Amino acid sequence: MKRDNIVIAVVGAVLLGLCVYLAIDDATTFFTFVAAGIALGAVYALVSLGFVVVYRATGIVNFAQVGLVMFGAFFTQNAYVTWGWSFWPSVLASIVVTALVAVLIERIAMRRMIGKPLFFTILLSIGIFLVFYSLVTSIWIGFEGNTLHSPWFTGGQHTFGKVAVLDVDIATAVAGAAVLLVFFALFRFTKMGLAMRATAIDPEAALAQGIRVPRVVAASWATAGIVAVVTGVMLGSGAEPKVALSAAGIAKVALAALPAMVLGGLDSPGGAVVGGLTIGLAYELFLGYYQQYFSALGNTFADVMPYLVMILILLVRPSGLFGTRDVRRV
Amino acid sequence: MSGPSRTPATPSASAALTNDQLARRSRREQRLIPSAGHAVGLVMVLATYLLLPHVLDNLWATVAVQAGILCIGGLGLNLLTGYAGQASLGHAAFISIGVFAASYVGRSAAYGGKGQPFLAYLVVAIIAGAVVGFVVGLPALRLRGPYLVIVTLGLVYATSYALTQWVTVSGGSVGAFTPVSTQIGTFNFQTMSVGRDQGLVYLVWGFAAVTGLVVKNIVRSRPGRALQAIRDRDVAAEVVGISLFRYKVGAFVVSSAIAAAAGVFYSTTAARFTADTQNFGLALSVSFLAAIIVGGIGTVYGTAIGAIIIAALPTVVTEYGANIPGVSDHLVTIFSGMIVAAVLVVTLITQPAGIAGSIQRLKSRNLRRVPESAAS
Repeated sequence: MKRDNIVIAVVGAVLLGLCVYLAIDDATTFFTFVAAGIALGAVYALVSLGFVVVYRATGIVNFAQVGLVMFGAFFTQNAYVTWGWSFWPSVLASIVVTALVAVLIERIAMRRMIGKPLFFTILLSIGIFLVFYSLVTSIWIGFEGNTLHSPWFTGGQHTFGKVAVLDVDIATAVAGAAVLLVFFALFRFTKMGLAMRATAIDPEAALAQGIRVPRVVAASWATAGIVAVVTGVMLGSGAEPKVALSAAGIAKVALAALPAMVLGGLDSPGGAVVGGLTIGLAYELFLGYYQQYFSALGNTFADVMPYLVMILILLVRPSGLFGTRDVRRV
Repeated sequence: MSGPSRTPATPSASAALTNDQLARRSRREQRLIPSAGHAVGLVMVLATYLLLPHVLDNLWATVAVQAGILCIGGLGLNLLTGYAGQASLGHAAFISIGVFAASYVGRSAAYGGKGQPFLAYLVVAIIAGAVVGFVVGLPALRLRGPYLVIVTLGLVYATSYALTQWVTVSGGSVGAFTPVSTQIGTFNFQTMSVGRDQGLVYLVWGFAAVTGLVVKNIVRSRPGRALQAIRDRDVAAEVVGISLFRYKVGAFVVSSAIAAAAGVFYSTTAARFTADTQNFGLALSVSFLAAIIVGGIGTVYGTAIGAIIIAALPTVVTEYGANIPGVSDHLVTIFSGMIVAAVLVVTLITQPAGIAGSIQRLKSRNLRRVPESAAS
């Protein structure tokens, strides 16, 4: 355990040193990449938070969250284009519908998996994700490649010092920070948050203490649905490297958030954000510098790097950086 | 560790049996052909195998080949996930290793390959699969539950990347031609009188039968019991002297070797493959998982049934879906795209033990009825 910490500290120090070197070398370039990395990291963090809220209440790695993100983004666009609503009402409608869909998924499918092997539950959530993928891509074919008409997607930018940052990136980072703060408050200060934590640890004991477990689980799924819409809107209103409206693109980014979540530890909202930012920064910095330093790896390396980083960290720490360590019983 | 547990024998039934009878029953259950009924069933399966390719048209022969590939890969996955309880989303990675090993060793020198015959590239692919399985199995020793699932998903992306970068083997983003020869000695399955795809049905399902026999022999003997012990409680299994290292890593090695073999047959289904995750991604892994879950996880015959169902369903939908009144072509397209995932979802919700589980339940219901009626 101590050796883990030393390994992590040494690697962290080396990476930090590398960053300082790059920053001194050409500060403007470096911080442009850092800003992009934070924006991308905020997206990863948002997806991870959606995973974490369900994981914390039910212990499920919920791949269906990826489907919800797609659904949320495409439904918003549907309200905007097909029904001609303006942006904010569209988002609000999407939030209501997606939260409802999330609760229905839990009620109809996931609840029946209580007491079944964990892998079956995960597999069920993957199945639901794939069903959503087919549905979204075939119902809303015309929306692929569109951009959500969010107020901050104007191509406008703010300049900090010499570093120009797109408005959409700032909005994403703000949304990520806001959701994290709400989560923190929810888990720490509300009765519902406490009930969620209790339910996650031991549903039966929670039930015995008078917690209405089904309601708590439904609430956590509804929260995941809301976060999914926020994530989907942020993804759908961004330019590259975020994806505009594309089911495949959303799936790619959302699945890449899995390593981010694992990095932080599956049950830690703070870890989700740290993991998301780490992966986002690593992605953008690599993409920014690979031609100069690692051109042999090719630019697609950026897509697998999150997974490689995750595998390496899991080898040192099998429960992630901030995750609760597993106690194994016979 | 996660993993399905077998339906336990009803306590009332086993209590009535003496130790001697129990031992005899367990020995009988471990036989390859436990009863005359099984022998009859096997003969019927053999007859179907010999006759079916003569009946199938080209479309359904292609489906039968797909089913055979799903069955081979599913048997390997079943060993790993169903018996050893190691949840894996990484099967697509091993399939792709089989495809590109076959392509590189088998395609002619004109396409940058080695031009070796079928048996040679089959063996090379199996060895490549086993080696990668060993390398993957080592970290898997330390990982549990959801972490293992996500890491195996990462393996899919990492393999896709590594193969795409290795242009000599995979042809990079352009892709690699697959060898067309499936010749053993002077006998070529693709030039049989029944037709190309029909000949491949013989080849693929013949190999599936061999794989089934290998897997059945593993699971009905000591290693199989060790794997199931690890699945049910790995710490307890270690305490009674089962080497987790040997059996967990061993399960990965055998499973991925079989998957690579399935990949070799998969390479006959298209003239060219690229190593991207469109071809070898989560969806491919899930189709193998769907096959073993729908058929019945932790059983060998269930894998074959599940493979046939999963391979046939999309074609059934596209062929017959539009005949149903009121169903538009668009709806058929939507439905054929999601049918595999939908069937997986419905199976997991309603009968996670799959078709084999339903059969098992019917059987045990009949068994229980006998002593009850005798007592009253």
